[in-house]
This record gives sequence, C-alpha cells and structure tokens, in this order.
Amino acid sequence: MRTEGWKRHQTSIGIGVLAIVVLVLGWIEMAEPMGLDFSDLTGGIVTFDTMVRVGILTIVVVGLNLLMGHAGQISLGQAGFYAIGAYVSAIMTTRAANRGINVLFPGAIPKDWWWWPWLMIFAGMVVTGGVAYLIGKPILSLRGHYLAMGTLGVGLIIFVLFREGSTFTGAFDGIASVPRLSIGSFEIWPRDRYYFLVWAVALGIMWLSLNIVDSRVGRALRAIEGSEVAANTIGVDIDKFKLQVFVLSTVYASIGGSLYAHYQTLVNPAPFGFVGSLDLVIMAALGGLASVWGAPFGVGIIYAIKEILRARLHQVLHGAGGEHEIIVFGLLLVLIMIFMPQGLSFGVTKAFGWLRTRGVLRRGGGGEEMESQVEQAA
Amino acid sequence: MLLEVKNINTYYGNIHALRDVSLYVDQGEIVAVIGGNGAGKTTLLNTVSGVLHSRTGEILFEGQAITKLSADKVVHLGISQVPERRQIFSTLNVLDNLLLGAYLRHGRDPKEEIWKDLDFVFEIFPILKDRQKQMGGTLSGGEQQMLALGRGLMAKPQLLLLDEPSLGLAPLLVREIFRVASELREHGTTILLVEQNARAALRLADRGYVMETGNVVLEGTSKELLGDKRVEEAYLGVSGS
Repeated sequence: MRTEGWKRHQTSIGIGVLAIVVLVLGWIEMAEPMGLDFSDLTGGIVTFDTMVRVGILTIVVVGLNLLMGHAGQISLGQAGFYAIGAYVSAIMTTRAANRGINVLFPGAIPKDWWWWPWLMIFAGMVVTGGVAYLIGKPILSLRGHYLAMGTLGVGLIIFVLFREGSTFTGAFDGIASVPRLSIGSFEIWPRDRYYFLVWAVALGIMWLSLNIVDSRVGRALRAIEGSEVAANTIGVDIDKFKLQVFVLSTVYASIGGSLYAHYQTLVNPAPFGFVGSLDLVIMAALGGLASVWGAPFGVGIIYAIKEILRARLHQVLHGAGGEHEIIVFGLLLVLIMIFMPQGLSFGVTKAFGWLRTRGVLRRGGGGEEMESQVEQAA
Repeated sequence: MLLEVKNINTYYGNIHALRDVSLYVDQGEIVAVIGGNGAGKTTLLNTVSGVLHSRTGEILFEGQAITKLSADKVVHLGISQVPERRQIFSTLNVLDNLLLGAYLRHGRDPKEEIWKDLDFVFEIFPILKDRQKQMGGTLSGGEQQMLALGRGLMAKPQLLLLDEPSLGLAPLLVREIFRVASELREHGTTILLVEQNARAALRLADRGYVMETGNVVLEGTSKELLGDKRVEEAYLGVSGS
C-alpha cells in the first residue's frame, strides 16, 4: 500500500517498455530494415497479421483477467460478449446504415461520415454492458461450478441467436464488407496502421486495468477472491463489485469484438462459440490469472504455439496433419500448467528467483562483490 | 441497549434453524452464547451481521432496525464480525489483511487514525507485527485467529461478533485470545461471543445464553449459568475440564 522506489512507477515503466516493443515491431514491418519485414524475422512462421490478432484478444483477455484473477469469478461465455461487440459494429456499419437508417431517414448517415463506425464501437460497448448488467444480477449470485455453467449457457445463447438470426445477422454466412475505420480521410489501413490502433487501445486498457487493480476497488476485488464471506464481513458490497467487474470485462470484450469486425471486414458466428470462450479462458490462465501483464503473453504464446506447430510439425513428424497439431498443443498446455500453475507471468518471476538463488543471476550487478564477501565470511 | 434481537426465525431453505430467538446486549458487556454443534449459534451471528436474513422478527441496533440490511451496510453501522474458521485472506499479506479490515474507513476517517488502530492491533498481538509481510495463508491457526480478530478490530466496531474464536486452538492460545477479549472490553468494545468452549466463554462473559436446536433454552448471568446443574451436566462436564 505504501510503495516506494521504482515500484511506484512500475505501471508506467511496464506500459512504456511494452509500448516500445510494439513500436519497434511496427517499425520493422513498415520500414523493412535490410529488406526484412516482420515475418521474415520469424522465419516466416509468425506473420504480422498474428500480431494484430494478439492485440485484439489481449483487450478481451485483460477483462477476463480482472474478472477471474482478481474477483475470482469465472466466465465461460466471454466469446458471446465479444460477439455482441463485433455484430453491433458489423450490422450498424453495413446493412443498418445502408438499408435501414438511410432508407427511413434519407441522408441520415452521409457516405463521408467517418465517425459513424467509431460511434458504433461505443454503441456496442453500451449494448454489451447493458446485456451484461441485466444478466449479471441473477447469474453472479451463482458460485464456482454453477457460475461456470451459467455463463457457459449465456455464451451459447448469444452464439445461437447470432447464428440463427437469419438475414438480420446473416446466419452462418455472417456479415461481409464491414468498412475499414478512418479518421477524416485518413484510412486506418493497411495492416500496420491498424496494428498501431489496436495496440494503442490494448495498452490503454492495460493501463486502466492496472490502475483499477491498484486502487481501493482492486483491493476489494482481491478480498472477494480470497473469501466472499470475509469480504462481506469487512463491509465490501460483494454483489456490487462482482457486477461492476463483470460489466467492465464484457465492455472490454465488446471493444475487442468491434476492432475484430473492422479488421476482418467479415463477421460470422464461427469464432464466437464455446471453443472461442474456452480459448479466452485458456489464454487468461496461461498468462497468469491475477496478472494484467500476463494477458498479452498468454494470448501471444497460444498463437505462437499454434503457428509454429502449423508451420513445423509436419517437418518433424512426417504426414502430421491438423489433428496431430491439436494433440501436441494440448500436451504443451498440460506441461505449462503443471510447471507454471499460476501462469507464465508468475512462472517467469519464479524462474528468475530460482536462477538468482543458483548464482546464475545477481541483483543489480553487485554480484561479484557479494560473492567475495560470502567467501571471506566463510 | 446496544443490540436487541426480538423473536427471529431464520431458515435454510426448509430447515428452521432459529426458532423465536430473542436476546439483548448492553453497551460495554461481553455476552456469550453457548451450545453444542448445530444449536444455531453461528446462524444467530450471521443473522445479526446480515449474512443471513430472518423471515420474521426484528433486530435493533441502537434502536434502529437492521433486520433487512445487507452485510456491508451492517458493518457501516458499527457491527464487525470475525467469522467462523477465521476466513482470512490467505493470498494477501498480514498488513493488507489488517488494512482491509478498515476498508470502510478509508477516505472517511483520517489516515493517522487508521494507522493508530493498526499500532493498537500490533500492540495486543505483537506476533502480527513481526509477520506483517507474510502471506495470511502461511500463518499458524492461532496466528490466523489473531489476524482475524485484528482485522475485525480495524473496522473500529461498537459491537464485535466473535464466532468460535477458540475453534481448533491449543489451550494456551485460547487463553491468550480470551485475555485480549477482556482487554478490549476495557477499551469500551462490546462483544457478542459464540462458543462451544462453554467454561472459557462464561468465565469471560458478563451474561450468557444457552442454545439448543435453534432455541434459547436458558439465560442468566455467567455466575448463574456456571453454577447451573443442567449447564454443568450438558456443557461443562461434571468433573470439570
């Protein structure tokens, strides 16, 4: 609570470092130093497209992180809220704009109103948050497995509604030709421009979340995670906080969904089903549940493993196809969870501590001095 | 009268856990509720603190009805519960556990006062001061009970509800906890205590109630109850412990 030294600036420093990494990667892609772009540097395995997708899902996973890691409430239906954001953006910037609103009110949305999609991202947040608020009240009184089942059900209902939405949601085919985002006449495309937008939003959301975690609200959430009974008896309004963090996490999901819609320019139900929700939970768990920092790494690792397996597995194992990738993928997940049960971010911290005790790493460069002192003392 | 409980009936679904229970606590008193397993003691405390709600009856705190209030509102009014089996925050360190006890006071009371109360808790439980950077979950059972009690005190309650503070503790630690409770009375804290350890509880308390299967079957001053034949047979053991 009373932190001193560099710890007080931990959040700003961390975000700054991450921002520099994002800038450097973006610069490599744009400037192609020595004629090498981003995917060349990874041997053609990880494409720049992946980096954009990691950014989008980081936004969603940070929300799940707050909900699961800090408040201790699970959601197996997060992809449903991700879908609401995507569909609100997709529907409102295509058929609703062209065939709905402009037919009822001719000229209500002129062709050059570039801010309409941005407004609809906001509308998606409001709709998603509203739905989550209404659902959250009854569903968050469930605990543990029951909450998992409840949120699973909610996610599936949303998924099915979009899949069966006939012409309104485009059913299986979804909605095509979602417009690109632009500011005035400045289009946020090609991909590298979109990459910067996505990561700016992701970093902003991480910064916001880190500040929430560090506040009185964050302490209340951790208290709820520790023991709901005890949190209640020290005066924490647990129902209110659970609902707030749930709504916040779904609003994050909605932002991610909207950014996805404008990136893919095509929205169909496929990524929003149960597997989608499960992937999100795995990413959050892998990154480290009580760590906002874990989110980009959890998402990144999952993507990296998948892409590396896709690109290389068939070279190692002759004739290996998609189903073998899934087996190896599952195996890797199990191994990571056995050796780093608290997720990557904590696993790395632990590994550093272990190396330090083994004398491989020393704190602050004073290593040799310390060692000689130890020798003298001995 | 600081707390008055009038004919409350609390249910778990269809199970009638409290039957027309009435009791009162005066300012500055220690009142003990004793009884065996399943007598409804914890249910009683949870109903007072708002974790559970009674179907009928009334609970008054300083003359104000708190029957329907949620637990966090009840804490606001000055009732702090130290829950059964301690329920400390095991992933937070001792200091954070204690500061969370003052959760509602942050931004309301001046910081110095909260730190002063923290010093008071460290004074009565010096071991907590030594362990303040340690995770709550790594403390021993006795230390966890002290932490839970300290956390309850950080809310600066007018009425402290203690649920089985002696549960699972060695006799020496039980004595220590009860010594602190009587010290708190000197500082003006009123305590409603629920215990299976009837002898220790009644020696500490001014008055007591005996509960059986959801009913209050006996009440009186601690002296009366300690001398009562029925209490002696049922809860104290004829030979004494």
